[in-house]
Amino acid sequence: MINKEKVEKEKLEEMARQIRIKVVQMIGKSGFGHIGGSMSIVELLTVLYFCEMNIDPKNPQWEDRDRFVLSKGHSCPSLYAILTQKGYFPEEVLSTLDTVDSILQCHPDMKICPGIDMSTGALGQGISAAVGIALGAKLKGKKFRTYSIVGDGELAEGQVWEAAMSASKFKLDNLVVILDYNKLTLSGKVPEIMPIEPLYDKWISFGWHVIQINGHSFTQIIDALNEAKSIKEKPTAIIANTIKGKGISFYENQVKSHALTMTPEQVEKALKELHCPPEEIEITLKQMKEAN
Amino acid sequence: MSDKIAPRVALSNTLTRLAKKNSNILVLDADLSSSIKTDRFKESLPEQFIEMGIAEQNMIGVAAGLSTLGFIPFASSFAVFASRRVCDQVVTSVAYPKLNVKIIGAYVGLFVGMNGATHQSLEDIAIMRSIPNMIVVEPVDGLETEEVVKFAVNYNGPVYLRIGRDTMPSIVPSDYKFQLGKSIILKEGRDIAIISSGVLLEEVLKATSLIEQKGIKARVINMSSIKPIDEEAIVKAAQEIGKIVTVENHNIIGGLGSAVAEVLTEKCPVRLKRIGVKDVFGKSGTNEEMKKKFGLRAEDITREIMNFVKNS
Repeated sequence: MINKEKVEKEKLEEMARQIRIKVVQMIGKSGFGHIGGSMSIVELLTVLYFCEMNIDPKNPQWEDRDRFVLSKGHSCPSLYAILTQKGYFPEEVLSTLDTVDSILQCHPDMKICPGIDMSTGALGQGISAAVGIALGAKLKGKKFRTYSIVGDGELAEGQVWEAAMSASKFKLDNLVVILDYNKLTLSGKVPEIMPIEPLYDKWISFGWHVIQINGHSFTQIIDALNEAKSIKEKPTAIIANTIKGKGISFYENQVKSHALTMTPEQVEKALKELHCPPEEIEITLKQMKEAN
Repeated sequence: MSDKIAPRVALSNTLTRLAKKNSNILVLDADLSSSIKTDRFKESLPEQFIEMGIAEQNMIGVAAGLSTLGFIPFASSFAVFASRRVCDQVVTSVAYPKLNVKIIGAYVGLFVGMNGATHQSLEDIAIMRSIPNMIVVEPVDGLETEEVVKFAVNYNGPVYLRIGRDTMPSIVPSDYKFQLGKSIILKEGRDIAIISSGVLLEEVLKATSLIEQKGIKARVINMSSIKPIDEEAIVKAAQEIGKIVTVENHNIIGGLGSAVAEVLTEKCPVRLKRIGVKDVFGKSGTNEEMKKKFGLRAEDITREIMNFVKNS
């Protein structure tokens, strides 16, 4: 259980701001990136990695650690930024995002990146791996928990529902799936691309315990994760209502924010909105100029 | 191991025996255990048998997740579903991270118990051998299946096991040991080399007796390790014999014949004849009807070989 009394919300807010700055810097320097979905999961990742999960960055393969599978693998820039904050690898590595020899591939590669529990990228697949990990924990009598973030567009993949059915069959109360419900996909609005509602009823009918929250509220995220721990013999789905591109005014709720190239002017504007110190903005812009 | 046994039965027997001593060995099933005979495994070791239902894509992903905890999951289905249905899951969730998942593709090629074209795996080898990190093996008889399963348990990484449905006579010698990337010579001859794997080796061996009556002696190579393939044996046959025939229970595009052609073209170009299913879909029917329809009986193979020998 996360002890809410001891959680310092200002620290979490500051961490989320730092993560967002790093994501803008990474994508700015790399020249291209999935910024919208990275920004919508920052608060979720911050709580998972700084309050919830039992992990040891010094021993990424520790067998009793909690597991995390980013089923929507394309949103990994914010996960990479979190992993540096936890000390899995040095912060300088972030500037190598998407380059050929980098440990930070465009979609997470568990073989080369410390802290990644499953390689993902093809949508619909990560949640099955998370089910396998949670099922394995039950078979081995391990107490660790497994978390997975799935995208809303991803729910159109039939495999997600195969996984949902099986998690329910195996009574995986050690599994929490969080839906990043930002309502936008690569090419449009979720209800227009493929309607996924009624979501609450769907997950309920698949045998899950379902909690609906504001995915940017630390209090609500913490409450939901705590509630999930009290649920027995059922997996928990947290429907986290989020804003794609959250934190950058000109990307929020914009379809185009799914994946894009940022101009130096956009990087500057975004970093200013995130209250990044002017000298750091200057360095970022200089590095962008050198990279191109 | 008795003389006559179906590879699917040998698979289940061997897995059961090994899994009794190794609780990390799991069988994942997609509602085909009574066909593939893994129901026998389930009876003996219910705790190590996981029924995933008719949801092969999720089965592969779950197997991937289980393997990260040290389990050795054997995800089992008909070869059509274990290859083409789950191709992306195998690539991304298993092969890319090189996870220790074994994929059983049972009921292979044309011989799927009357089930017809929708159930005939004529492209599974092509799919699987083009995936990096994937091992592709096709044992011929009971003993070789036992050996291949032992190998798969001990090998750390993805393996595709192509497992036949029907009873086979003993083909490999009684002291046979499977070695990855190695073939064995089942019969020696210097007039032609025949490279094959799996169920059609029975017809190939019959064909060699028929061509012997016409004065042609064949070297018969059992290429059960399709990837990695035994390049040395292929080159040696090319150098020593100079004429090669492949016989496969698969489309001639992308399967064993193609794999042999790739080696010959680069290492020692000689004439090659590929015998197999000629880029068409299969049909329902008995094994004998299949062999006749697609020209894979011993007499058909004999005719093809004699034409090839005459014209080369």
